Amino acid sequence: MSTTVSLPRRGILLSGLAAGAGVLAAACTSNDTTAGTQVAGNTGDNAAAGQQVRVGFSAPAADHGWTAAITRNARAQAEKFADVTLNVTEGTNDVARQIEQVQSMINQKADVLVVLPFDGNALTEIAKNAMAAGIPVINLDRVFASALAYRTWIGGDNYGMGVNAGNFIVRKLRDAGIGDPVIVEIAGIDSLQLTQERSRGFQDALAAAGFRIAARQSTDFTASGGQQVASQMLQATKKIDAMWNHDDDQGIGVLAAIKQANRSGEFVMVGGGGSAQAMKEIQAGNSPLQATVLYSPAMASSAVALARLLGQRRALGDLAEHDVPAKITTFSAVVTKDNAEQYLANGY
Amino acid sequence: MSERTDTTTPAVGTEAKTPVADGDPPPMVRRKAGGRGELRKHVTLILALLALLLVGALTKGEDFLSTSNMITILTLASVIGVVTVGMTFVIIGGGIDLSVGAIIALASVWCTTTATQSYGVAGMVLSALLVGLGCGLLNGALIAYGRLVPFIVTLAMMVAARGLAEQISGRQSQLVTTDLLALAQNRVLGIPLLVYLFVVVVAVGWIVLERTTFGRRTAAVGGNPEAARLAGIDVRRHTLLLYAVSGLCCGIAAIMLTAQTTTGTSTNGQLYELDAIAAVVIGGTLLSGGFGTITGSILGVLVFTVIEDLFILNNLEQPIQAIGKGAIIVAVLLFQRFGRARAVPTLT
Repeated sequence: MSTTVSLPRRGILLSGLAAGAGVLAAACTSNDTTAGTQVAGNTGDNAAAGQQVRVGFSAPAADHGWTAAITRNARAQAEKFADVTLNVTEGTNDVARQIEQVQSMINQKADVLVVLPFDGNALTEIAKNAMAAGIPVINLDRVFASALAYRTWIGGDNYGMGVNAGNFIVRKLRDAGIGDPVIVEIAGIDSLQLTQERSRGFQDALAAAGFRIAARQSTDFTASGGQQVASQMLQATKKIDAMWNHDDDQGIGVLAAIKQANRSGEFVMVGGGGSAQAMKEIQAGNSPLQATVLYSPAMASSAVALARLLGQRRALGDLAEHDVPAKITTFSAVVTKDNAEQYLANGY
Repeated sequence: MSERTDTTTPAVGTEAKTPVADGDPPPMVRRKAGGRGELRKHVTLILALLALLLVGALTKGEDFLSTSNMITILTLASVIGVVTVGMTFVIIGGGIDLSVGAIIALASVWCTTTATQSYGVAGMVLSALLVGLGCGLLNGALIAYGRLVPFIVTLAMMVAARGLAEQISGRQSQLVTTDLLALAQNRVLGIPLLVYLFVVVVAVGWIVLERTTFGRRTAAVGGNPEAARLAGIDVRRHTLLLYAVSGLCCGIAAIMLTAQTTTGTSTNGQLYELDAIAAVVIGGTLLSGGFGTITGSILGVLVFTVIEDLFILNNLEQPIQAIGKGAIIVAVLLFQRFGRARAVPTLT
């Protein structure tokens, strides 16, 4: 199950974002068209119908709320466009099967492919073949091993999730005037690179504030796994000030364990992912869960929208680019009681 | 099952050929269900458990030996313990049930649908039990009357039941809104109701296996089906019932897990089949059938639960936990092997 994101990506992404922001700022301030200044040319007309685009879509099996929502979002987005036909292949966690699916979409001469690989490394070659056959590939979330394998990457920011969760906790603890806090972390499947990145971001954000993690355990993204691990961690740590749980599905179990141990009012808890259930709980305000950091499956909708623009050779409105950008990292917003309403529609 | 070659398998056939009236199995079988060898086997398991407790006391002292931690261990052992009781019957009867985890998922999802929850706790409990029993009966019918291999039938059930659970739930976690949660939250004499339920299931399982005709027939059917048939046992009907017992246990476990995690999801019970089989084997039950005890299986479950608790309390990382678990399992099995080798003369 080793997956995805190659290490140097972060640097590239950050510099890419910085450059993008610069361009955007330049575009916004430039009303006078002096030489050399680029102006966003496509503003506003992206919604207008264009030529028909056939988009092929392949993703892992929907065995988790998030993966299920990915396909749901892609379908919903495609239905909004009269000029997009989305061919969704059956979700699979079998790498060989997913390679076959992509191959068959190449054979059918799809205009654009959107691929969330189960294993980015394993799917790289077939994605390269698609690109070589002249079919642009939009790499969704889990990254291919080579930049030759995709035209555009759009995905979540696991490191950023950790950072934002850490920063929220630091702020809460500072507000409460707690000097040497006991912070615990319940991670997802530890062998996944995404879990390691989330943890690294969390650790870095806490370290910047001079805090450290007292106990860290990983489990399996399921409610029962979360319940089991949390009930034992609560035994091991008599006093907890803050807890970050990587995944809202497993968070249901973690919250159950906290309640069963009668420790609901004791600490600040932050979730991860952004399930509708977690957001409702945050809104209700009667549970330890005070925030969740997003990893929104809405990125699948964006991927389909990008696929359409690529197929129609258009650019992104409001960006001073002639084409769709090469990389887009979604933002891991912190959903709290104050802004939950705004994000609830995106909850999976 | 490569275990079929196990030289210590008691040869039930030779003695059992003597015609015996229905309901009164051959005396040899009766002795095997509770002979002196059994005690010696449990001594090794109990020693292993004590050794683990000692390690816990030395590494984590007060936290580990505290009453609340002991109760946590028992609570965590409850769900998998109930599954293991059913699995013990199936394995002694010469079969295997790979579908237990998936049946738990299906039963938990079924009993948490809004339709079922609207009938309150009674509706939920009844539906979970019926789903479990139904799946078990289907397994049993296909194996006993369809003459299919248990491994394959239950494998098919494992895939299909999990799929059906995903279909029904739409891969969403279905939260429990009824009083069922009291099962995990409420305590009598400081012990959660879940633990009492677990003890009741174990007690019933023990009595049925050790003190009833049904139990003696189970060992006879597993030891040598042909001899059992000649002894007047309806082997097919008995096999059907064994899988029904396992399914029913899954239904009970699903109720417990649903109360514990506050949700019914298709990821419930993941890999429980392996945990249950491992506990049964560590408990000294022969994978080839014909011999085994509930006591051993439950000790096996406790060994596993204590190992995990030990690791989490000491905040060990996942890879270290995995290596440690593997090593301890092998060590216990080696212990068992020596114990069994010495026990053979008293068995045959």
